[in-house]
Amino acid sequence: MKFIDLDKWSEIFQSIQKHKLRTGLTALGVFWGIFMLVVLLGSGQGLQNAIELKFKSDAVNSIWLYGGTTSKEFNGLPKGRNITFDNEDYEVIGEQFPEIENLAGRVFLRGNLILKYKDKNLSFSVRGVHPDMIKIENAIIESGRFINDEDQRQRRKVAVIGSIVSKEVFEDEDPIGKEILIGSTAYTVVGLVLDVENDRSQREIFIPISVAQVVYQGNDDIANLAMITGDMKEEEVAELETGIKNLLASKHQFHPSDVRAIYINNRFEDYQSFQNLFLGIKSFLWFVGLGSILAGIVGVSNIMLIIVKDRTKEIGIRKALGATPRSIVSMILTEAIFITSMAGYIGLVAGIMLLSLMSGVKSEFFLNPEIHLGVGVAAILLLVIAGALAGLIPALQAAKINPIVAMRTD
Amino acid sequence: MAQTFSMIELKNIKKAYKTDFTNLQVLKGIDLDIEEGEFVSIMGSSGSGKSTLLNILGILDEYDSGKYTLAGQLMQNLSEKQAAYFRNRFIGFVFQSFNLLSFKTAVENVALPLYYQKINRIERLEKAMHYLEMVGLKEWANHHPNQLSGGQQQRVAIARALVTEPKVLLADEPTGALDSKTSSEVMDLFEDIHQAGKTVIIVTHELDIAQKTERIIRIQDGLILNREI
Ligand SMILES: Nc1ncnc2c1ncn2[C@@H]1O[C@H](COP(=O)(O)OP(=O)(O)OP(=O)(O)O)[C@@H](O)[C@H]1O
Ligand SMILES: [Mg+2]
Repeated sequence: MKFIDLDKWSEIFQSIQKHKLRTGLTALGVFWGIFMLVVLLGSGQGLQNAIELKFKSDAVNSIWLYGGTTSKEFNGLPKGRNITFDNEDYEVIGEQFPEIENLAGRVFLRGNLILKYKDKNLSFSVRGVHPDMIKIENAIIESGRFINDEDQRQRRKVAVIGSIVSKEVFEDEDPIGKEILIGSTAYTVVGLVLDVENDRSQREIFIPISVAQVVYQGNDDIANLAMITGDMKEEEVAELETGIKNLLASKHQFHPSDVRAIYINNRFEDYQSFQNLFLGIKSFLWFVGLGSILAGIVGVSNIMLIIVKDRTKEIGIRKALGATPRSIVSMILTEAIFITSMAGYIGLVAGIMLLSLMSGVKSEFFLNPEIHLGVGVAAILLLVIAGALAGLIPALQAAKINPIVAMRTD
Repeated sequence: MAQTFSMIELKNIKKAYKTDFTNLQVLKGIDLDIEEGEFVSIMGSSGSGKSTLLNILGILDEYDSGKYTLAGQLMQNLSEKQAAYFRNRFIGFVFQSFNLLSFKTAVENVALPLYYQKINRIERLEKAMHYLEMVGLKEWANHHPNQLSGGQQQRVAIARALVTEPKVLLADEPTGALDSKTSSEVMDLFEDIHQAGKTVIIVTHELDIAQKTERIIRIQDGLILNREI
């Protein structure tokens, strides 16, 4: 048998051309199935992208520690003492709990320091942080880099600025490498961060915590400590929380059950609920996707049944003229496969085109709708195979019926 | 005539249509001999089994018992593939209701049997054109069946039956749907085909049509009535 049977294809093209309604209906079923799949899955992905971005910082499994005031007497010490963390706490926690993925401390510089650049005098809040804070805040580095361990160790005067700071101070200039004055100290801007959570975080300036402690505080106090607990389970997180609390209690001499001495904000539940939300969106998308594929399969199968029935007389005539059952089945299936794959392809392209139009839409709940090409292609394959299988059985039957009987049908 | 060769040989052919409740014995033991190049007609009342017999001759239908030999080959227990081969190579069949494919033009309809001989398109259309010319429809080659009159459609069907140069031409009431003038034109065509040496068998219930053939075979109650030359 010839690999490409031109004669067979010209028969098929003629059949397609002359049966526009039949071809159109088959094509429409597949086109619509794939088109809807692409658009639904794509926009669902867009929704998910937007939500993920919006709640990204909340979607981190993290624990935040804040100093408080003791409310119980302990070991002869009175209540009402302020508990403040320091560098030693940071180091000890890091040593004793190696399971913590990222650990960072943060200090807030008092008052809003004036930032000077060229003729600009603006006021922003300045934070001293450890390098790992970028992971805990889950912010995105837009350009340059975040504070690193070298900056921290050598107390380099470097600053990472939020996007609003950059816009207001540098306007269209590239801020990276520029010198700014914060208060009376000069810093080199090394990075630009974007934290989509809220505007406030875009108005922040980050400097190494070691610099903040020396230059502005004159002590090694740390306002709060934060850590990422990765994909630890709920019990493990609770165990870690108790461990840290006991450690700090003995170091700072407060009663381990004193709930006011330090405050612990365990984000596990937030994290868990967002994981569940994402899972929910994902399952919904799969449900919708499989639903539209299933509808497509049912539609195509029905059309194939109708087509074979519609062609019974033609099949009878062809058989009377010397067509073998095999040539009949091959004719019907090749035509069906050709139409369904073309229609599926067009549906995929049309769906992707609509998605790219939709990605122009600016919305809080919609970002970069997209579909994995593999998913689209797999869906087309599924429909083509379903159509072929659905057509195969009636085609085999039709190819076997007595030509006289077949020709009598109308 | 020096030597005659039996083109069709039927021995005690029986055929019944069975349903759940009935068993209609249509052919009750047909014996028939038709020689190569003969021009015969089959006559009989409606329901006597003429079409059933012709369909068996055309390998379009199966018979229950007996022996059917076509051009020396026994037509028995044929696979679908073998049946397709004999239909395509040995038989030209003209149906009463034409059975043209409406989405194909006249010339494409005529060319279709050659498609199943794996002849390429150009050659197919060339041959088809030749036979269309023979039936006087060269100018109508690119018309679709619904643009042709009944007589013209019948002539397209005849051209299609001839295009494979079959051994036997079978026609089931080829003039049944035609007026008397067109009928005699079609009969002239069959006469020409016969003159060209083909074996031609037509079913008819019109005596004047049958009388244009060499031999009339009468069928009644599923049996051959008489034989006349
Ligand atoms: N597929 C079938 N199933 C059941 N009975 C059938 C079938 N085809 C034909 N018959 C019956 O067989 C008998 C012979 O039919 P056939 O078509 O051979 O007659 P005919 O001689 O061609 O008649 P007409 O001149 O009307 O065409 C009729 O009684 C008919 O009803
Ligand atoms: Mg009949």
